[in-house]
Amino acid sequence: MIEVDGLSKRYGGTVAVDDLSFTVRPGRVTGFLGPNGAGKSTTLRMMLDLDRPTGGRVRIDGHRYRDLDRPLRRVGALLEARSTHGGRSARQHLRWLAQTNGIGEARVREVLDQVGLADAARRRTKGFSLGMGQRLGLAGALLGDPPVLLLDEPVNGLDPEGIVWLRALVRGLAAEGRTVLVSSHLMSEMALTAEHLVVIARGRLLADTTVEEFVAEHAGSHVRITTPTPARLRDVLAAAGIRVGEGADGAIEAHGVGADRVGELVAASGVVVHEIGARTASLEEAFMRLTGGGQE
Amino acid sequence: MSALRMAVRAELTKARSLRSTWWSLLVATALSIGLSALIGLSLRDARLSERNTWDPVRYGYFGLTIGLIVLVVFGVMLVSGEFTSGTIRASLAAVPRRGVFLGAKVLAGAGIAAVVSVVCGFGAFLAVQPVLGDRGTSLGEPGVLRAVFGACLYLALMAVFAMGVAAMLRSTALCLGIMIPILFLNSQGLSNLPAIRPVTQFLPDQAGMVLMQSVPQPPGSVGHTDFGWAGALLVLLAWTAAALAGGFVAVRRLDP
Repeated sequence: MIEVDGLSKRYGGTVAVDDLSFTVRPGRVTGFLGPNGAGKSTTLRMMLDLDRPTGGRVRIDGHRYRDLDRPLRRVGALLEARSTHGGRSARQHLRWLAQTNGIGEARVREVLDQVGLADAARRRTKGFSLGMGQRLGLAGALLGDPPVLLLDEPVNGLDPEGIVWLRALVRGLAAEGRTVLVSSHLMSEMALTAEHLVVIARGRLLADTTVEEFVAEHAGSHVRITTPTPARLRDVLAAAGIRVGEGADGAIEAHGVGADRVGELVAASGVVVHEIGARTASLEEAFMRLTGGGQE
Repeated sequence: MSALRMAVRAELTKARSLRSTWWSLLVATALSIGLSALIGLSLRDARLSERNTWDPVRYGYFGLTIGLIVLVVFGVMLVSGEFTSGTIRASLAAVPRRGVFLGAKVLAGAGIAAVVSVVCGFGAFLAVQPVLGDRGTSLGEPGVLRAVFGACLYLALMAVFAMGVAAMLRSTALCLGIMIPILFLNSQGLSNLPAIRPVTQFLPDQAGMVLMQSVPQPPGSVGHTDFGWAGALLVLLAWTAAALAGGFVAVRRLDP
């Protein structure tokens, strides 16, 4: 379990993380969502004691990171920024990493197999593609078989096959009862991987909820209707107490109501309609709505 | 195994797994031994300065100071490579206690530097003395073993000094830009100005020169200092300790 409590980070006059509090629980994948520059990486770095918080604190299973004995056996992390020396082979990189925490040589081979780098193990990492670099980073995170995993933008650079593989891996790790926090700026990816969401923008917490609740609350599912006489239809819907909006193409959007009810009202009123359809908004739309549409 | 011992093992693996380690140490050894022997050839019959007393050990070690540059480059790269490559993030996630991390790196680096320094110091001595002919000496002569040992200490301590400086500055180029003038321009230039001699004699290369002496130099000549062999060792230890202390403070404050 990871507990973030009132965490803040300022760089000079810039506020990167602003009084952030949330808890990441074991046994499920928690998506850490936010636009680029929202403060996700900074938060993850503070969890690992790589960055000093300006205020607040992080506890991992009740401890500060720097107080953990053999931390790689407690927390595995994939960092967004590059953290390997290009002159070293993948195997040598994992070897020294393993030695710092008293992890055996056999485990190095195991994780190389697990991430599909066994054949590239002896190659120097400066020749690695972005995807191979991500796989090596994941191998490093898995090295200590830790109960807590922090993965910063793990899909970056992976090919479609790799992304499917990663989804299964991440869900599997959570199913084993581990605490898994996965950051991403890709809502569509999180919709497929995460069960719980922590959403931040400009360093502030916007939502801490399940994926379904988040979509239901923020996405604004609606019934879309096109008609040659929009003014009449608006009156009909408004008379029935239905909130009405307008789509980008001039279509009418009825909120908080099912397509069946809209159809009945239309038939009873005799208004001509060309199209009635229920639309469930995506997580992506919910996210855009919540963060005000934007990449910063 | 303690955290420090595990970290030292990992640091040795890190050093061994980079080609730059091997070439820098190989070049340092080759230059130290090869250049010392080569310069020895010209010293065998050279006219000697009357201001200085002939010292077969220190004069035979001119090549060693060139090897020292490369050993300093090794020390700098060992530490600055962490920062320039980004490995520091993985290192500190694995060893979150900054003191343990840098302590392990310095211990591993010092161990490697010590072995190479002994090979260079004794290798250069054994290569150059036969070349010097009648002017040569042997390890059994008075003061000679101490001077050879002093040369090894000078090399190893400067490599560790370089590691401390690199931990403070983090940039390879900046480190070398500061270290190389301190170690080499001084002995050629600044130290010849008598007015500032009371201060410049405490610079590391001057103390190093005294450590390599088997014969004390008369006052007013190059290589003379107000302190002797043991004093020179203290001066070098002080420089090294100061650089390491600065490095530890810098790493403790580190937000990589």
